[in-house]
Amino acid sequence: MSDVVEKTLTALPGLFESQTGAAKITNRLRQLIKSITELTSKHEEENLIKRELSAIKEQVSSPNTTMKQMREIMVRAMYCEMLGYDASFTYIHAIKLAQQGGVLEKRVGYLAVSLFLNEGHELLLLLVNTVLKDLQSTNLIEVCMALTVVAQVFPKDMIPAVLPLVEDKLSHPKEIIRRKAVLALYKFYLIAPNQVQHIHAKFCKALSDKDPGVMASSLHIYLQLIRESPDSYKDLTGSFVTILKQVLGGKLPVDFNYHSVPAPWLQIQLLRILSLLGKEDQSTSELMYEVLDESLRRAEMNHNITYAILYECVKAVYTIHPKAELLEKAARCIGNFVLSPKINLKYLGLKALTYVVQHDAKLALQHQMTIIECLDHSDFTIKRETLELLFRITNAQNVTVIVEKMLDFLCYVPIKTLTFAPDNSWFIQTMNDVFSIGGDLLQQDVPNNFLRLLAEGKPEEDDQLRLYAVESYLTVLKGHTSHLPQCFLQVMSWVLGEYAHLQESVDRREVIRLLTQLLDQRSVSSETRVWILSALTKIPEGQTDLILDLAESLSSSQDTVLRQQAQELRHLSQDSQLREWVLVENSCAVDSSLSFLDGFVSEALAAGAAPYKPPHQRQEELSLNLEPYSFSLPVSLSSCSITDRQSPTLLSVSSGLSGNSAELSTLILEGVKRVWGKDGYLPQKEATAPPVDEPSAAVQPASQQEAAERIEPRPEPSTQNQDKQQLASSLFVGLGVGSSVSLLGKSEAPPPRFRKKPRPHESSSSSGTSKRSSDSSSHSSRNTTDSFLYGSFPEEEPATSISTFDHTPKSTTANGLSQNKDTKEDRHANTSQILGGDMVIVRPSTIQDKHPPSVSSDLTALLPADLKDLPHSDVISLTSDPSLSLSSCRLFRDEALLLVIFISNCTETVIKDVAVQLTCEELKVCTGNVMDCLEARSTSVCHYALLMDDPHTNVSLTGTVSYQTQPGHTNTLPFSGTLSTADFIRPLVVTTEEYGKLWLSLSHDVKQNLKLLTDAGDPLRTTLNALKDALQLHVVDIIGSEGIVACRLLSGAPCLLHCRVNGAALAMWLRSPHPALPDFILYHCQRALAHH
Amino acid sequence: MTMHFLLLFSRQGKLRLQKWFLPLPERERKKIVKDMTTMVLSRKPRTCNFLHWKDLKIVYKRYASLYFCCALENQDNELLALEILHRYVELLDKYFGNVCELDIIFNFEKAYFILDEFLMGGEIQETSKQSIAKSVEASDMLQEVRH
Repeated sequence: MSDVVEKTLTALPGLFESQTGAAKITNRLRQLIKSITELTSKHEEENLIKRELSAIKEQVSSPNTTMKQMREIMVRAMYCEMLGYDASFTYIHAIKLAQQGGVLEKRVGYLAVSLFLNEGHELLLLLVNTVLKDLQSTNLIEVCMALTVVAQVFPKDMIPAVLPLVEDKLSHPKEIIRRKAVLALYKFYLIAPNQVQHIHAKFCKALSDKDPGVMASSLHIYLQLIRESPDSYKDLTGSFVTILKQVLGGKLPVDFNYHSVPAPWLQIQLLRILSLLGKEDQSTSELMYEVLDESLRRAEMNHNITYAILYECVKAVYTIHPKAELLEKAARCIGNFVLSPKINLKYLGLKALTYVVQHDAKLALQHQMTIIECLDHSDFTIKRETLELLFRITNAQNVTVIVEKMLDFLCYVPIKTLTFAPDNSWFIQTMNDVFSIGGDLLQQDVPNNFLRLLAEGKPEEDDQLRLYAVESYLTVLKGHTSHLPQCFLQVMSWVLGEYAHLQESVDRREVIRLLTQLLDQRSVSSETRVWILSALTKIPEGQTDLILDLAESLSSSQDTVLRQQAQELRHLSQDSQLREWVLVENSCAVDSSLSFLDGFVSEALAAGAAPYKPPHQRQEELSLNLEPYSFSLPVSLSSCSITDRQSPTLLSVSSGLSGNSAELSTLILEGVKRVWGKDGYLPQKEATAPPVDEPSAAVQPASQQEAAERIEPRPEPSTQNQDKQQLASSLFVGLGVGSSVSLLGKSEAPPPRFRKKPRPHESSSSSGTSKRSSDSSSHSSRNTTDSFLYGSFPEEEPATSISTFDHTPKSTTANGLSQNKDTKEDRHANTSQILGGDMVIVRPSTIQDKHPPSVSSDLTALLPADLKDLPHSDVISLTSDPSLSLSSCRLFRDEALLLVIFISNCTETVIKDVAVQLTCEELKVCTGNVMDCLEARSTSVCHYALLMDDPHTNVSLTGTVSYQTQPGHTNTLPFSGTLSTADFIRPLVVTTEEYGKLWLSLSHDVKQNLKLLTDAGDPLRTTLNALKDALQLHVVDIIGSEGIVACRLLSGAPCLLHCRVNGAALAMWLRSPHPALPDFILYHCQRALAHH
Repeated sequence: MTMHFLLLFSRQGKLRLQKWFLPLPERERKKIVKDMTTMVLSRKPRTCNFLHWKDLKIVYKRYASLYFCCALENQDNELLALEILHRYVELLDKYFGNVCELDIIFNFEKAYFILDEFLMGGEIQETSKQSIAKSVEASDMLQEVRH
């Protein structure tokens, strides 16, 4: 350390004036600082400073001390003050030093004054003359110092003395003086606006100063002035716009650049001024549109400072008279902020959103998932900013949820922040506020945690806290108590019962009286009464008369619990021996090893009981035991649902079967309540979609019963992400544009009919991509977004699997979903672990297996046992980066399409917080899945059961997977894919008679000639078989040149196909209750035949 | 952009520099310093550089062993404040040459002089590194000449 000290000391040229005297002086400072940094205890430091200060005292009062020495002494005094010691006896000497010293001493003297003396300190009066003298000095540096000290410490009543001189400095030839004078005047304006009113004209001169620095300084004043009365300064708009244009155009000297951004502080100041001027003023706003646009455009996203400018720019755009084009750009900017992985930018994005939602609440909708994530952010600052945002979007529909969230936060914070609560009384007071405001809405763990905190503290340290609590509660109880929430009363009675004895001065009778008084109140619940009685029991003996009175009055109570307690109270207060035995003063020791049970255990063991096993051991055995049973389960298990938890949702869908299923559009998600309503959580684009595409709320009355079932809380814990979405739906309710559109709009409007042209290019280009990516999944870069197209290449359809497909007859009305059983026995009992019910982590069989399972066929082996037997498509790689690769596979189950996503960890380390987020606009679905960690080299499987109610040719799925390789560092990997209607079609097994009846009842039909496959002996049969293989149709009957075929959409709408050989073509006639379904089936038939 | 105060303190919570742009009684100042050090030092890594404190925003940043911490009003731009702190560090660095905490401990009055050229009344006074260095050095030089 000493050479560093040497080095820094040589950098102190001012302290080496003479070799002899000054060396000694500097040694003192050096010695002081050095010895302080070497000290270990506060006590030693105190002693050292005490000695130092007395030495200083001696020196300053000595008449022999020179100004040079005094300057050095002053530095030491400043140091002592900074350490928190009082050196007020040196203040007067600081003023003297500024008065009498040369420039060198003056500088230190002024610094000491500005550090020591607050505005309003009486000694400051002694400084006025010195400052006046220095302001008139010919020495620039003295003038500068005087202006600095004036701006720093001069109080209101001293301003008139220096004002004329400072004002004169506005026309000083040196720009540094003008700049400091402007800022000093700005400071004066803040303290005493009236006193500087007469110099507004001079501010204008400063604004047009030839030196940009002086001009920039004058903007501080203008911002303040315009904030107070924007109308008086409208005429300056043009000037401000011109200045900003010049700044943006790089017209300022390079000196003003900050990290190659031209004068950012100046830019921001101007943007603020412009936004104030343009607020609610169209004509003024029009003047600045161009420059704001340029400002948005110029700011490249490369440095914090440009983000800072952008933030101001966005705020300005939203403050002034709106212009659609600018708003759009600004909204995009906000997106950049909010979605940024940099937490500071995210914070600013939230802040910008908070500002912007006041003008356009829809913007919050776009970022709702981010907002929800931020609400649970580990950083309190982010959390609080998010609450601020929520507060702004509160409306009648979401108010309860938002208030609940705020209270959560409110209650969480005091407990959490106790570690740095400034003092006990603040903490108790804050908690009092929380309890009385939050009241019974608080979660139970808030009072519990608070009480535990009080109870678990060390007796000596926390007695203070307890004492405060007791005192404060007694005060509370002496006031009005009828409005206090029950939980607060409970907390108070517990604390008083436990700790009232700590407060010597408290009269116990008073405590008993206050508590008894509570018992008499009608509003006090019987639970609280029990708390109060327990408290009374604990209050030390000696007040038998009061207690007996109480017990007497309660012994006739209707509440048996109270009566019993009153009896106990009576007995305890009469029998002090019993009392001592029951109520031990200090809490008794807990025998956590339960050794007192040893005798009982050994007896039980001797009697043949099985030894105790910890739960995790038991579970292992249990799953081992299960293995033989799961083998012996009937085969139909495979078609049994692993999605039993979704049954309420499925029910609602199946009800749609009998009703107007055409209107329903659902994607079934594991364990997700169907919360996607018109007013609820909708994916971003839904908010702007026409009302026709809104999921119909009109169908809900038709399935009210199901809706009720849906709302029922499920015993199973749903995954975190689903919770988040539910939260989102309740938070963002009523924000969308659709909120004003009639709910009935949808049911009347026919679903859009559209017939899509085949898109052959997709199959060729994307199959190449997906193959390549699956080969090199572990190498492709993080940004790769390999699109894959399900169903666009029927050649990939697993024809063999389809032939073995379990064609269990399932009528559309009785699809037996409600009977689904949980068949989640896991055959990988030893190697697997179930996460959240629908995620399974599969560890590799050998640890040495260093290669990620890139071969797709390997992955299907990882499917849970009960899914293995289902027909499935090939595994397609979705996306990958060096650490994670995602593949997917479709499983054709009878009642839903199962989309299985394999998440493989390609690294040697554990990947944390893997969250898969899946969105499908057409199916109006957005869902997520979260798992805490993914072991190295392992693969996790999650599956989604999907239903399509409104047929589309292809529906695109998009999603992201986010994960953490290091804590706090979240990577996000997007992926996308397509599902076709064909995936959702299942055979409909009917007899010819049923077919005939159904045919007549169906209304929507489509006719079309298709290609007939003529390469085999029986063209009709060959063609129908080809269609059957490709599309999972059921060929009901073939009679001569005619064939009848039936199928259904998963959700239930049947489609009947009547085929007749017509020359070289196949005339196909399709009928369905669903208006659009025939079109889509026809489309897929065409494709299937074209590819054959 | 009115800055209320600027504090520099070490990782151990030792105050290295304090600048109060608004008048506050001594007791209040001490309490703020205590609050700031405990709050900022208890921040976990990878959290953002901003804190809510009463009705103010605290913006802080750690440079090596030293924390730079300032308080702003709520409508102010936190990101900009971070850059102000950064510019101050750059200024210190330019003056001391590869500045370290010890430079500021032993020459704290110089750090104040630099700050006084950079900020005035809680507002930016001069952003140019050159100009600030020039005026600080001018004062230093003048002193040399006089003696």
